[in-house]
Amino acid sequence: MANFNLKINGKKQQVDVDPTTPVLWVLRDHLNLVGTKFGCGMAMCGACTIHLDGNATRSCVLPVSSIGDMEITTIEGLSENGDHPVQKAWLEIDVPQCGYCQAGQIMSAAALLKSNPKPSDEEIEAAMNGNICRCATYVRIKQAIKTASNNL
Amino acid sequence: MTLIKTSINRRSFLKATAMAGGGFMLSFSWLGCEPGKKDALTIPKEWFELNGYLKIGENGVVTIMSPNPEIGQNVKTSMPMIVAEELDVDWKNVIVEQAPLNTAIFTRQLAGGSQSIRQSWPGLRTAGATARHMLREAAATTWKVPVDEITTEAGTLFHKASGKSSTYGEMASAAAKIPVPKEVKLKDVKDFKIIGTPRKNVDGFKIVTGQPLYGLDYRKEGMLIAMIAHPPAFGLKLKSIDDSAAKAMPGIKDVFTIKTYQEDYSKHMFDVTAFNELVVVVGNTTWEVMNARKALKLEWEPFGEYTETYAHFMTGAKMPAKIPAGLESTSKHAQVMAELSKKNGKVVRKDGNPEAVFKKAAKVIERSYSAPFLAHNTMEPMNFFADVTADKAELAGPIQTPEYMEKSVAARLGLPLEKVDIKMTRMGGGFGRRLYGHFLVEAGVISQKMKAPIKLIYTREDDMTFGSYRPSYHALYRAALDANSNLIAFHVRAGGIPESPLFANRFPAGAIENYLAEEWSMESNISIGAFRAPRSNFIAGAEQAFLDEVAEAAGKDPIQFRLDLLAKAKSNPVGEKNDYEVDRYAGVLELVKNKSKWGEEMPGVFRGVSAYFCHNSYVAHVIDLAMENGKPRVQKVHCAVDCGIVVNPLAATNLVEGGSVDGIGQSMYSGLTFTDGAPDQKNFDKYRVIRHREAPKSIDVHFVQNDIDPTGLGEPPFPPVIGALANALYKATGKRHYQQPFLGEGITLG
Repeated sequence: MANFNLKINGKKQQVDVDPTTPVLWVLRDHLNLVGTKFGCGMAMCGACTIHLDGNATRSCVLPVSSIGDMEITTIEGLSENGDHPVQKAWLEIDVPQCGYCQAGQIMSAAALLKSNPKPSDEEIEAAMNGNICRCATYVRIKQAIKTASNNL
Repeated sequence: MTLIKTSINRRSFLKATAMAGGGFMLSFSWLGCEPGKKDALTIPKEWFELNGYLKIGENGVVTIMSPNPEIGQNVKTSMPMIVAEELDVDWKNVIVEQAPLNTAIFTRQLAGGSQSIRQSWPGLRTAGATARHMLREAAATTWKVPVDEITTEAGTLFHKASGKSSTYGEMASAAAKIPVPKEVKLKDVKDFKIIGTPRKNVDGFKIVTGQPLYGLDYRKEGMLIAMIAHPPAFGLKLKSIDDSAAKAMPGIKDVFTIKTYQEDYSKHMFDVTAFNELVVVVGNTTWEVMNARKALKLEWEPFGEYTETYAHFMTGAKMPAKIPAGLESTSKHAQVMAELSKKNGKVVRKDGNPEAVFKKAAKVIERSYSAPFLAHNTMEPMNFFADVTADKAELAGPIQTPEYMEKSVAARLGLPLEKVDIKMTRMGGGFGRRLYGHFLVEAGVISQKMKAPIKLIYTREDDMTFGSYRPSYHALYRAALDANSNLIAFHVRAGGIPESPLFANRFPAGAIENYLAEEWSMESNISIGAFRAPRSNFIAGAEQAFLDEVAEAAGKDPIQFRLDLLAKAKSNPVGEKNDYEVDRYAGVLELVKNKSKWGEEMPGVFRGVSAYFCHNSYVAHVIDLAMENGKPRVQKVHCAVDCGIVVNPLAATNLVEGGSVDGIGQSMYSGLTFTDGAPDQKNFDKYRVIRHREAPKSIDVHFVQNDIDPTGLGEPPFPPVIGALANALYKATGKRHYQQPFLGEGITLG
């Protein structure tokens, strides 16, 4: 066990955990931030996507010891009132079916639009290809990303 | 207007009032669904429960219970919409809550078979209409006017002659004291204001802001984490266990074995589990338990053949299932399936004299189709919370069959049914996997043993290798044409491991004078179960691809070929029992034909068509493919659907889109194969599912407009799209595809 000082959603958090613990489980088990989802545990599905210094990162294979002073943003901290343009677009298009993967999809989409505010269809597909949606809401996700892009 | 008896609601009213004692306060449950911050409603000081489905606050805010489990099919929005319609309230004043499991109030609290809306339609309408009637009675009594003169609009009562009016909230206290009417009038379809209008997902804000909703998010003070180790292959059981290293690891509370079901327990069909004896690791946190589980030293050994008996969930009929010994492999399965498909099967339906007609045919077309086992792979892996004490059990999590699993877990824990409470959490997908709730029972057994609240978590690997898989199927089709290319005989012989996908009385049965349908099956110890339109999800694709070839051989347009067959089934039906309505079947074909502008030249676009009827709804697809960088890409899916009245067109369209893409994905990419009993794919690195880049660019969904009572959409859009894809791929590449996943036949979508 070791102490880690983490900056999560703009707040300092201290946890005492095994250094190999993936950030996903630090968030879910230790900090009760359960918006970040467990899907595969091997960075193949994107359900656990967070932002690390603004970049979309899979938290299920990311040991807490590797974070250092990088800033973590989770779905809970993407916006203060749930009004990030991507979240608003997701509601406008009514994207979710079961909804389980959508936090990860939104985090990937928000990171994409930050680095590329006007992505082409191909760029959207490439950036989002690591996020599986078993309900297969892919067409709506793309539509919502375009809506968010237009409202940035 | 329809008059409907309200007996169900009388019972629920009595029960509800006994519970409530008039007006009462109810705090928001963890499963409640208050709207987003932006449109937060003022929570009433007092609630008045008019029946088990709804309660009205003194300020006019209405809470409507959503009785059924939510797996992404959107019943949590659509079912309350039906209640709100008959109650006649403004949807924006409605709060939706997931109902408790209570079969005395609610009927069929089950997510499966695309039946939630269809079977609850009368009950939900009656619940709303009954409450509205009680409010009108209360107003009539208060104002001393005839009840027939009281009208309502969007949560307000009016007496036009006297100019009096009152909100539902103001009248709720008085209405709660009115006896439940013996019968009520339901609205005319033409008067619907909420049903048929697009309404957004009531959980939308919680989903996009990452609030706790799912079983995996559930927690309770002092809760421990549990994981199981199960045999690595079907056909194996536990031989020995060395847990010394695991037990010594940090954060670990205990390691032990459990039996999910006791030997003398009488199972129902949702009690399926391939692995009854499991090793359990319990500890403080998920990561610690995961690591300790890796340190277990477990030995496994083959089990011998045994027989299980399951009671059918509706009929109660006992269904014996022989579970053979052995370690099965996909290569052997393929060999045996090919052999069995050459032998005569069990004749399920025979019209005319197909054998003789095949002999004299000018041309016989024979094709074989096959598909692998599929893992459901819900994005949220199996999990369940349980807190079992000496005299009661509290469970919470994702389950499609809470009514049935409540009985299973009560029996297993030795508790009376009324001491078991199962909370239904929103589910991260279901697709049929969560009909089979062994994981719920496992959680209960583990909590009882630990005397502590626990949450059982499956990893993706656990989930994928401990399935109730879609069976592997095979179908052989033959068609006989005469010298004028008329279809004169049709033969299907379908089988699978361990069940046949045959539906002998579905189209084209009834349209062909000489028809033979046979089935066969092969025993297996690999556990199987329902998967989004069980059986239909294979046979529809096979049949619709085969009909495409037959149409081509007959020199006919594939849509016209089907319409001609349907016209025959209408004018001169063959056989006694044909499980489809010709007009509705033809209706979706005509609609997709018109909307897709079928028959118009579109350079560079390759099209395939398909139609199917299952789970009470009719669906037809046209897929447009174009070659991009040498690979076919789905440009557009045109989809025509007849599911009767569309309750919520926004959600219905979403579900049809998803079902269509899921069908494309499963048939193109997915499959679970076995080597010596062990699944070869254990996670998404090897198990392919459709992703963004492979999804269609756009989907157009069209609903047939009619006033027929609504049917479901969870399953029907899935099966036919596979045929449309195969037929479009043929047009694009010149190659027919017979073996799913088509990826294995060297084709991918780009």
